[in-house]
Amino acid sequence: MERPQTEKAKEMLQITGLTHSYADGHRAIDGLDLTVPDGQLLSIVGPSGCGKSTLLRCIAGLLRPTSGTLTLNGAPINGVPDDLAVVFQDYSRSLFPWLTVRDNVALPLRRRGMSRKERRAAAQEALASVGLPDAGRKYPWQLSGGMQQRVSIARALAYRPSLLLMDEPFGSVDAQTREDLEDLVLQVHRTQKITILLVTHDIDESVYVGDRVVVLNRSPARVHADLPVGLPSGRDQIETRGLPQFVQLRAEVGRLVRGGAKVPGAAPASGGRG
Amino acid sequence: MSDKTTPPRGLSRPGKWARGAAGVAVLFLASEALGRAGIVDRSFLPPASSVTARAVELFGDSDFLSNVRVTLTAWALGLAIAVAIAVPLGLLLGSVPAVNTAVRAIVEFLRPIPSVALIPLAGLILGSGLNMEVPLIVYACCWPILFNTMYGLHDVDPLAKETLRSFGFNRMQVLIRVSLRSAAPFIATGVRLSASVALILAVGTEILSGFGDGLGMFIAQAGTVPEGTRDVLAGTVWAGCIGLIIDTVLVQAENRAFRWHLAQRSGAS
Ligand SMILES: Nc1ncnc2c1ncn2[C@@H]1O[C@H](COP(=O)(O)OP(=O)(O)O)[C@@H](O)[C@H]1O
Ligand SMILES: [Mg+2]
Repeated sequence: MERPQTEKAKEMLQITGLTHSYADGHRAIDGLDLTVPDGQLLSIVGPSGCGKSTLLRCIAGLLRPTSGTLTLNGAPINGVPDDLAVVFQDYSRSLFPWLTVRDNVALPLRRRGMSRKERRAAAQEALASVGLPDAGRKYPWQLSGGMQQRVSIARALAYRPSLLLMDEPFGSVDAQTREDLEDLVLQVHRTQKITILLVTHDIDESVYVGDRVVVLNRSPARVHADLPVGLPSGRDQIETRGLPQFVQLRAEVGRLVRGGAKVPGAAPASGGRG
Repeated sequence: MSDKTTPPRGLSRPGKWARGAAGVAVLFLASEALGRAGIVDRSFLPPASSVTARAVELFGDSDFLSNVRVTLTAWALGLAIAVAIAVPLGLLLGSVPAVNTAVRAIVEFLRPIPSVALIPLAGLILGSGLNMEVPLIVYACCWPILFNTMYGLHDVDPLAKETLRSFGFNRMQVLIRVSLRSAAPFIATGVRLSASVALILAVGTEILSGFGDGLGMFIAQAGTVPEGTRDVLAGTVWAGCIGLIIDTVLVQAENRAFRWHLAQRSGAS
């Protein structure tokens, strides 16, 4: 079916037939198709080891796919795209311990051709936007895990990407911090209008945060199911999680992640009919 | 001396100092007693107090000081050149596997040769003075720095490199901004090890080469005159103190510059 021109221009990321095999012959992704429209917050769920990180690394241009095509804003991904940032799960290894928090956030901005003063100002602004206005002079290892992950989010935001990839970003923080960070991502998405791909193995999180949930197969990864999340956009940790729609969708995603078959029409349609 | 020592040693400093001071005191008193009691001939082993007095006296001796300056010049020049050669070479060997395998054989052949064994050869080829001292020091100092650089690069977290790469930095930028920075504590340890090697070689070549200037020369010449033992020992005390000061300063600098490294090691990792 031919799409109208205007809609086509809104596709930010287009993945067709993506396959990736590691050097040892292990096939992590096998013929994955995925299209992400501009401005969407897409949750990608799948069991651990199914190939989620491999998928993100291919999108980020850090891994060269064995076959298949990836295009970002219409241009094929060949090397690391310019307006893309990644937040890794392992914040303590992803932040540079020899740099202060502010310099960690400011470092990538060298690629933006900004002066030292501009970089520092942008870093400070990004730190304030994630709730860490006073942490700039500290070193990453002087902060708690949740604060460190906020710093790496700030670093990604300061870079002003149009596509933000997050690889299980809240996998190693406590429950309370996790909820705060989920809300931070929702707020960032609302205010900055960037496209976000959030990889998680947490089913509740995928539904709570996402506009849409893509469930991946057990290894090798392929799209197993693709569900719109019809929840109201103003989300609240207690209220939203109590909605019958949320409970139903979570159960459905859970069933799919465990390998359950797709039941046509079982996914709640967007708009909330219930 | 090991090539791979864990960088900045953050031991309890007061304890270390107390033990060191106690050791020196015991040695001092023993030699003092031996010398004064006449158990050993005075000209053979002068009492510690007279050696110390002579060492202090030398501090005002301009001839002696210019000798020390020659030795320190050779030391600094040799060490600096070694850093300039070994760090880039280590970066190359540590980050390009193909070069590494190619150079490995040469390295394995050269490394076991004790540098001191090269002094006569260097004397034949290079003559004497700085001309001969500096290349020898450079040669000896390259090894610890080279190996520590390579070891440090091996230890760089791949995720840290990947992070910078994900922001579009190229290989060279990642090498400098992540790999080199991350390996810096190991490199610094290599430099500290080399600093003592350099001093040993500077003094050693001067003693063995027979003529010229330097602290080693002063010691060697004092040994040829009667009653010269006091000067030999005073010069040796100076060599020891210089070595101690250099090591202390470098350890302090490491602890200060690589606080992040210590914090990481003692942290959750
Ligand atoms: N560098 C690698 N070499 C070989 N196999 C790998 C490598 N990295 C990951 N894998 C394998 O690929 C599969 C997918 O890994 P990954 O994408 O990290 O999964 P996930 O992020 O979903 O947990 C796993 O089976 C993993 O063991
Ligand atoms: Mg993963």
